[in-house]
Amino acid sequence: MEKNNNIKKISFPHMGNYFYALKPLALLLADEVIMPPPITKKTIELGTKHSPESACIPFKYNLGNFIEALDLGANILVQSGGGCRFGYYGEVQENILKNLGYKFEFLKFVNDFSIIKISKYIKLNNPELSYFKIFKTILFSYLRVRLIDKIEAYLRMNIGFEVKNGDFERNLKLFLNELDKSKNILDLSKLKKKYLEILKNIPTKKPQNPIRVGIVGELYVLMEPFSNFNIEKELGRRGIEVHRFCSVSSILHDIFTFDSHTKSFLKHAAPYLKYHIGAHGTESVGLANKLRKQGFDGIIHVKPFGCMPEVNAMSALHRMAKEHNFPILYFSFDSQTSETGIKTRIEAFYDMLMMKKKRDTMQI
Amino acid sequence: MGKETKKIKIGLPRALHFYKYHISWEEFFERAGFELVVSPLTNQEILKKGVNLAVDESCLSLKIYLGHIDWLKDKVDYIFIPRIVSLHKKEEACTKFMSLNDIVRNTFPGLKIIEYTIDANKFRFEFFKILRTIFSLKHNPIRILQAYYYAKKKQSDYEKARIEEQTSKIKNKDPNKPMILVVSHPYTTYDSLLGKPITKFLESQGVDILYADIVDIKEALEQSKKISKDLYWTYNKELLGAIEIYKQYVDGIIFLMVFPCGPDALVINLCQNKIKDIPLSVITLDELSGEAGLKTRLESFVDILKIKKKKNGKK
Ligand code: SF4
Ligand code: SF4
Repeated sequence: MEKNNNIKKISFPHMGNYFYALKPLALLLADEVIMPPPITKKTIELGTKHSPESACIPFKYNLGNFIEALDLGANILVQSGGGCRFGYYGEVQENILKNLGYKFEFLKFVNDFSIIKISKYIKLNNPELSYFKIFKTILFSYLRVRLIDKIEAYLRMNIGFEVKNGDFERNLKLFLNELDKSKNILDLSKLKKKYLEILKNIPTKKPQNPIRVGIVGELYVLMEPFSNFNIEKELGRRGIEVHRFCSVSSILHDIFTFDSHTKSFLKHAAPYLKYHIGAHGTESVGLANKLRKQGFDGIIHVKPFGCMPEVNAMSALHRMAKEHNFPILYFSFDSQTSETGIKTRIEAFYDMLMMKKKRDTMQI
Repeated sequence: MGKETKKIKIGLPRALHFYKYHISWEEFFERAGFELVVSPLTNQEILKKGVNLAVDESCLSLKIYLGHIDWLKDKVDYIFIPRIVSLHKKEEACTKFMSLNDIVRNTFPGLKIIEYTIDANKFRFEFFKILRTIFSLKHNPIRILQAYYYAKKKQSDYEKARIEEQTSKIKNKDPNKPMILVVSHPYTTYDSLLGKPITKFLESQGVDILYADIVDIKEALEQSKKISKDLYWTYNKELLGAIEIYKQYVDGIIFLMVFPCGPDALVINLCQNKIKDIPLSVITLDELSGEAGLKTRLESFVDILKIKKKKNGKK
């Protein structure tokens, strides 16, 4: 029996395009899903205004998303995540929002993504659901994540080389629209076929041997293009092939395989790291070192300003860069970061990589 | 066996966890037959060195730590750096304490370090880890075991004595003097450039001070749940618990936080939103903090407390 007019409206923060993937799952906990408006300047302004000054930028974006969703009528908010401070975000944000006078229910999935726990939790909140339905929905959401990652990975490597500006992005939008409407696993496999086909047919012109750069760092700013000022697109436009190895799929994979990834990254990080240094810091170092050995031209390291694990990683990266004369460009994002500054630095980095590449090939 | 010919020299940087555990460390290494070198109180030169060596966005405490290591590095054979991941199940230390060793190694390539990891979620016995490390340097098991025992004991006696001292301070407090609780990590509170000038100044203004890090840790961890349920940083939990315990005795609370401190930023915000019955002041310290501005702020905070005290007349 639904209580009179008490429609449950659930919302959760944006990160890249993953909102589309997790929607079906959220729908198990409420009657309606409220998507926060796409992230804009206003989002981050709102978030910054009500956050502690030295909170990291994902905290501020999330808070901005929450406020905008509450204003649209959401009454259940979900916070999850596993960065070093993410686990504590929830409680602090809940108190900030309550102090602002909002009324809502707050669900926290903290540092803890076991499928069983999540399904139990859903069952507790909505006893009418069968476990079969819950598992099926989890699987469905997971496959949506995978599909988004697949499509975006292709996009990332090619967007810089499109002949007609905007082709890729237009199709990404169409894809997300259709994804949102997809009902079952069969739909997903159709979508995958269709869009991979479409994307492959978009005319591009790629140079023979483009500059290859790996992008590593903190998860949120890696995956939320608004927060990193579309850095991947910016690089692509200059004809740099961008490789990113971290996505929600890869994180989930890691969880299912008991951190096998993270452990292997520690090996790759030798001799620059002996131990784990927190959250994704180990991976940043390990990956950077691995890509260096694979002959990548350079690394871009991104993080929120003051992000502790990534700042920890930087001492290792600095040393690696120095010992091997390996180019690494560092970006720290906060609410005051200026877009022009980023563009200029990318440009300078590109010029440097080009010169180095020329010099290196001449020597051979 | 070369008696007394050359004692191995161990360096202890006077920063970060030194302030929490130094009593036991000093006792242990001395009894075990090492020569100890402790870096001096933080001074401008150490600070400057640290700031230059550290990655820009590191917290000020880490910068100071690196400054101390720089001071020690040519004067000792080894530097002692315990690595703390977790002290209690389901809790963590700030990530700085788990990455310290690698940061130091990368900042000073080639430096010799004595290290061991404390991780309550994985290894049960911190004890064996230290012993193994030390055995490799000194082959006198009995002496080392003894040293370990006395070190632990001395530390716990010391902590008890401090708590007693603080308790008697509360008992004998002058009803006309405002009492302030200073909440900050011991490496901030007692650093000669960070907390010390502040507490000295407060005392000169006629204020009694309680320190949040002087507290029965078990009780504090328990009490902290009243303010925050989800908190998992052990050191911050202890401080929060201390607030619960000492709140009733004080007229105001001052938080000292170095910039940029990840855990403190969130925890202090939570306190500001939850503790409404006592005046709070948050002081953020960075390498540029000017003393003049700080003093004015402290003065006016103390003035507010004094005025309030007069009005209420009691306590
Ligand atoms: S990993 Fe970085 S961004 Fe994430 S919670 Fe920690 S400090 Fe914040
Ligand atoms: S708790 Fe804050 S001050 Fe202490 S080491 Fe961590 S970041 Fe630095």
